[in-house]
Amino acid sequence: MIRRVRNIKSNKTSQQPIIEIKNLGKTFHPKSGEVKALEGINLTVNQGDIFGIIGMSGAGKSTLVRCINLLEKPTDGSVFIDGQDISKLTEKELRTVRYSVGMIFQQFNLLMQRTAERNILFPLEIAGVDKETAKKRTAELLELVGLPDKAKAYPSQLSGGQKQRIAIARALANNPKILLCDEATSALDPSTTKSILSLLKEINQKMGITIVIITHEMSVVEQICNHVAIIDESKIAEYGPVEEIFRNPKTEIAKKMIFSEGDQGSVVMGKNCYRLVFDENSSSDSVMAKMVLETKCLVKIVHADMKDIDGVSFGQMVIQLPEDELTASRAIYYLRSRQIGVEEVEIDG
Amino acid sequence: MDSSMTTLIIQGTFETLYMTLVSTLIAYIIGLPVGVLLVTSDSEGIVPMRLLNKVLDIIVNITRSIPFLILLIAVIPFTRFVVGTSIGSTATIVPLVLAAAPFIARLVESSIKEVDYGIIEASLSMGASPLQVVTKVMIPEAKPSLIIGAAIATTTILGYSAMAGIVGGGGLGDIAIRFGYYRYETGVMVVTVMLLVLIVQIFQEFGMKIAQKQDHRK
Repeated sequence: MIRRVRNIKSNKTSQQPIIEIKNLGKTFHPKSGEVKALEGINLTVNQGDIFGIIGMSGAGKSTLVRCINLLEKPTDGSVFIDGQDISKLTEKELRTVRYSVGMIFQQFNLLMQRTAERNILFPLEIAGVDKETAKKRTAELLELVGLPDKAKAYPSQLSGGQKQRIAIARALANNPKILLCDEATSALDPSTTKSILSLLKEINQKMGITIVIITHEMSVVEQICNHVAIIDESKIAEYGPVEEIFRNPKTEIAKKMIFSEGDQGSVVMGKNCYRLVFDENSSSDSVMAKMVLETKCLVKIVHADMKDIDGVSFGQMVIQLPEDELTASRAIYYLRSRQIGVEEVEIDG
Repeated sequence: MDSSMTTLIIQGTFETLYMTLVSTLIAYIIGLPVGVLLVTSDSEGIVPMRLLNKVLDIIVNITRSIPFLILLIAVIPFTRFVVGTSIGSTATIVPLVLAAAPFIARLVESSIKEVDYGIIEASLSMGASPLQVVTKVMIPEAKPSLIIGAAIATTTILGYSAMAGIVGGGGLGDIAIRFGYYRYETGVMVVTVMLLVLIVQIFQEFGMKIAQKQDHRK
């Protein structure tokens, strides 16, 4: 059941900031009034991070990621890449910065009239890399994403996962420092999603490329991110290391995002419900069984699941304790003494 | 139909092809950049330029709304200035280009607008300049649609060129009007019209075939 951990913290972050977003705001002016897409965003992404930005659709996350390479021009605030304020650059200087910031998309956005190989060649042509070097680099990249035999295929002849692999190869062509992923796995099925995510992780670890992932799926964050920002109604609701947010979500929206995984909606919860979080120290013990035996407290398990966050197994469980306060508090005390996070929850079914 | 008439018709066919192809080529030299500019200078385009966009849009609309026959006659002084004469197939090229260029600009505009904005956004994210987006993304990605547009443009210009026969423009249309219409030589009329139909068919088929071959979207 519980997949044991490979190595506890796999990402070595050097704590060197590579992206700094300061007081960023973006207001759109469509014909009917104005829409605040982003407001007072402050974020720092460190070198080597896999940084997740998660939110419901319409929360502003796609606009936020486009502000990082200025595909969207922010109305307020500034964006620093490697200490350089890119909102102050000329168009030409900005294009050079963009060589070092790769981006992949939900709809892949490959050039349909070019073969896979020539798609990867495209950014190299743009950057003016000589043909010889470009050809070599293309072959390397096809190898890296595991599709050397698809060099001559057109995108229309590739599956979704293959298209995204080519898009990743293309985004990496100019050796970027940063890779932005805009809902990169949202158009893919679960098993393809998994393979694309592990490719991204491999890229992060082997080449030290910082990755920013925009998603609406908590499972994506759990699988590869080490940091996460939760964005809600144009603002950052909460951000920090994934484990911390997962163990102890402070805001409503964070709780909602974490809980909405699994089919929480169908569970009817009454009073005296508690959310337990198990981590690597406690999850493999048969702690629940022992608790029942030792405290004679009968619990009802409302919901339980297991997650693997960044190589660490996490479990969460929602239990209902008996009305009797004494027994209940005995149970809580027992659980806390075994390093299990206990938190009262009130969620309507 | 005697042999001199046959020679005349063969010569007319060549004149028609000459007028059509040269006019199409020159009209594309003007219409293609204008069509591209209409897309890129749009308020949602990659280099928004409101004033330029509006001006181009108005010019294209005005020239497109003038009936070809009127344009043909109205530009005679201009034609004389450019070519030296207003009669014959070379002279006809001038009004043909003037009529076709704005039409082609619209065809090009609509072809390029078909290119998925996501692809353009992706190329911008890679640091492509506006010129690179046009030459490496917009035009190559719209190629099949542009080729179909070119087939439509060529056949339309062919139709216009036949109309130029009214003012002594040369080509098959000229023969059809002079012999078939004015002199009631029905045979000549039928042959020339059939030749025009045949040429249109060939251009259209040819265009569609190339477009299909070039289309890698499916």
